[in-house]
Amino acid sequence: MSAPRFAVIVFPGSNCDKDLLWAIQTVVGVDAEFVRHDATSLKGFDAAMLPGGFSYGDYLRCGAIARFSPVMEEVHRFADEGKPVFGTCNGFQILCEAGLLPGALLKNTSLRFVCETAEVEVANNETRFTSHYEKDQRLRIPVAHAEGRYTVTDEELEELTANHQIAFRYAKGHNPNGSVDDIAGVTNKAGNVLGMMPHPERAVEALLGSADGLPFFSSLIASMTA
Amino acid sequence: MPTSSKNYKVTVYVTYKESVLDPQGQAVQGAITRMGYEGIDTVRIGKYFEITAHEVPGTPIEQTVDSICDKLLANPNMETYRYDIEEDAR
Repeated sequence: MSAPRFAVIVFPGSNCDKDLLWAIQTVVGVDAEFVRHDATSLKGFDAAMLPGGFSYGDYLRCGAIARFSPVMEEVHRFADEGKPVFGTCNGFQILCEAGLLPGALLKNTSLRFVCETAEVEVANNETRFTSHYEKDQRLRIPVAHAEGRYTVTDEELEELTANHQIAFRYAKGHNPNGSVDDIAGVTNKAGNVLGMMPHPERAVEALLGSADGLPFFSSLIASMTA
Repeated sequence: MPTSSKNYKVTVYVTYKESVLDPQGQAVQGAITRMGYEGIDTVRIGKYFEITAHEVPGTPIEQTVDSICDKLLANPNMETYRYDIEEDAR
């Protein structure tokens, strides 16, 4: 396939869309474009990227209203067709609300908005999003959220573990939000949809504190061009 | 709206499932205890919706409310809901 083309979805209230576009287009150097929430086609794109922010003001529940945006039908199609779909922060919340990922993201146990550089570990480096990392590699990736406590039932957790769907965990003792099993990011069963609370797009330039997010993008691009 | 159709007042309550931790409820409970009230064991915070509706021929109001709750008002992963429907003499 020719050079991949990324769609960065912009919902009303997205605020990390420019970060994501910057990381993909300017830092990594791959074609990326904004696509509005009311677009009805993702024709010509190879991956759908859902940014962080406060879509629809976080009304009702984070991501609950964005999941009904017209473009989400196309995101569902991408997920069904095995194309990569990624959500960070609010994007992760939207993917959970949309049923593309299991579980839900609830208010942090601390009741505080956490804004810090999280200590994250690669729990599974055999996904299309993580293959350029070592297993258990320790990463420094920013988090910034108030509703990041990943919650699943005991049965779902067993299933996630058995299917190797847990891609990222917070390092022991560094869980910023009370997520079950220190989970920071999960994939769907097929492995083509990933959601995570940390922001890899904010960790692509060493000058700004960390470049630990770069292998995330290179893994994904390699998986699309192989 | 035809005047002959029934009007409804629907109230929906969405609460966390018992298994889900509610740190906001715990914070409120802590405040109540600090205020000196005795006998308050737990507080859980939920959501309350007031909806006005009218009869649509062929679609029972319960069916519509169930569907809205399942798809939007509650997240079945972590929440449950109940509702009351009253006929409204608007």
